[in-house]
Amino acid sequence: MTEMNMVQAINDALRLEMRRDDRVLVLGEDVGKVGGVFRVTQGLYDEFGEDRVIDTPLAEGGIIGAAIGMALYGLRPVPEIQFSDFIFPAFDQIVSEAAKYRYRSGGEYTCPMVIRTPVGGGIRGGHYHSQSPEALFIHTPGLKVVCPSNPYDAKGLLLSAIRDEDPVLFFEPKRVYRAAKGEVPEGDYTVPLSEAKVVREGKHVTVVAWGAMLYEVLASAEEVAASHGIETEVIDLRTLWPIDLDTIVESVKKTGRIVVVHEAPKTCGFGAEILTLIGEKAFLHLEAPPVRVTGWDTPFPYTLETDYLPLQHRITPALIETAKF
Amino acid sequence: MPTQDELVQLYRQMFLIRRFEEEAARAYAQGKIGGFLHLYIGQEAVAVGVSAVMRPEDYFVTTYRDHGVALARGMTSRACMAELYGKESGCSKGMGGSMHMFDREHNLLGGHGIVGGHIALAAGAAWASKYRGDGRVTLCFFGDGATNIGGFHEGVSLAALWRLPVVFVCENNEYSMGTPAERTLPQRDVSKKAEAYDIPGLRFRGQDVTDVMEQLREPIERARRGEGPTMVEVMTYRYRGHSMSDPGKYRTAEEVEERKTRDPVRIGRGHALAAGVSEEALAAVDAAVEAEVEDAVRFADESAQPDEALLHTLTLAPNGDADSPPPAGSYPAEKRSPLSADAAPTEVHHA
Repeated sequence: MTEMNMVQAINDALRLEMRRDDRVLVLGEDVGKVGGVFRVTQGLYDEFGEDRVIDTPLAEGGIIGAAIGMALYGLRPVPEIQFSDFIFPAFDQIVSEAAKYRYRSGGEYTCPMVIRTPVGGGIRGGHYHSQSPEALFIHTPGLKVVCPSNPYDAKGLLLSAIRDEDPVLFFEPKRVYRAAKGEVPEGDYTVPLSEAKVVREGKHVTVVAWGAMLYEVLASAEEVAASHGIETEVIDLRTLWPIDLDTIVESVKKTGRIVVVHEAPKTCGFGAEILTLIGEKAFLHLEAPPVRVTGWDTPFPYTLETDYLPLQHRITPALIETAKF
Repeated sequence: MPTQDELVQLYRQMFLIRRFEEEAARAYAQGKIGGFLHLYIGQEAVAVGVSAVMRPEDYFVTTYRDHGVALARGMTSRACMAELYGKESGCSKGMGGSMHMFDREHNLLGGHGIVGGHIALAAGAAWASKYRGDGRVTLCFFGDGATNIGGFHEGVSLAALWRLPVVFVCENNEYSMGTPAERTLPQRDVSKKAEAYDIPGLRFRGQDVTDVMEQLREPIERARRGEGPTMVEVMTYRYRGHSMSDPGKYRTAEEVEERKTRDPVRIGRGHALAAGVSEEALAAVDAAVEAEVEDAVRFADESAQPDEALLHTLTLAPNGDADSPPPAGSYPAEKRSPLSADAAPTEVHHA
């Protein structure tokens, strides 16, 4: 075991898998000689060379399109989109091509690839370096969507994602790229996709979160435990889609209360879907209105970032109100 | 000039595409084929000629006007027609329909319904060929309309930058759906766009299958030699509307009749006769094609609809099994070619 941050753990996963499988390659803007703007791919170019760590022009549609062609051929590309805010020029490629290959070819072709991209706020990046577009991809049948919160999960989930037969969007919460540290095993291990994790047990209220917001939720959980004796059960979703609904339903049956926290805007955010699923599966167990604590329905702000984000100061009151309802 | 046998084969393929699509149009009118049906009639020499000078293992990526390419590559008429009918015996199990012809056996990476969306895919497949050193070429078809879309630029730009083994073939049929090229293309000579990517450009009329073969040989060989892509613009014409729902009234009858004077099927038949093939022999070919198409229609008619369960198992992999890499040494590293000519040799790691 070695202590790593998220950047190091993701780098380790890429390196291991590229050593294990020569079909795996990385492509994107500045991923090669520069090592990526967040240095996630640092050192890979030196070890694997320019034909496996490919510096591309600024052309997100071209990057994802080329990666799809590689996947159809039988390779396992891991394209990087430098910020998930830049993914929209490639939206057509992801939604119209990658997500639908298995379906529209009748299973003749699949599109195994992992699109890595930093997500979320917390770096004062403003509206083009901070957004959380996960719901757009969850809404697209044929894609899997992952968002780890810590180095152990990041490495294990990325290895699972690269070995998966379908296209995976791998969102990396940039706010905790270096802040989240933890023990990470050396060598190969996987964290299965579609398995949520109960990271804190409690009996009064269930909170579902992922990525960087998990830490805010845990801080609020400690706060309300101390101030009000409220025991919060916290679920790190880890894989957003396909969702591990059983783990959430089981928890809600115990607590009767659910709060979902995410950075993306509220309306049609993934929280809306989770709460609807709970309405369908655990309606009679609910003892309080389901609650969302999310980003606002506005562009991601530059100057008001800490007001926009659903940080501890907004989560704590929601937990208290929900528990007391 | 191709041999007598080759000329017969070229004619047979073009006549098959023609008759296949005429019967598909009939089935569409009867409501047996739904949605959209983009006919290739009038352009047959392009797919058949290009395919004839490609190798069986080469890759093809094409547009939604894809039945001709599929048949030219060797997809059976049955699998193609059944796909149009949306039947489970179709090449994509009836899930794709007219615009989604896929055939792994013949490395057909699909017809694509989003204009220009497939051009970067061709670069990716070609990149993989270069990486694996498999000596294959990827052929990418698109229309004149697609050259206005960003995907065209990104795909061609990457292929040119990395000198990938791709041949880009623009089938210029003079219309973007219902709007003529002079009202959509600021530069009507698509082949000139090659200059922007520092690759060769080529433009010719493609109604004679032997011309198409002759013109395509060098671009294909150039790609295979590792010298990069070529932009080939083939001037052609579709006799029918953009799709079955388009009567094509934006064109005059005189224009269509004038284009039909250079009919690729008739020209192909003329070549075979000139080479000494008898009328009787060609009549036998015609009869065999008629029987093949009739059989395909019957097969499609009698095939079953796909089960609804298929829809769900074809969205994501049903079992989620993890995949394993190929055994070490499956692809000898020494066959790889670097992306840039001056690249240092790279260290290679195997499991």
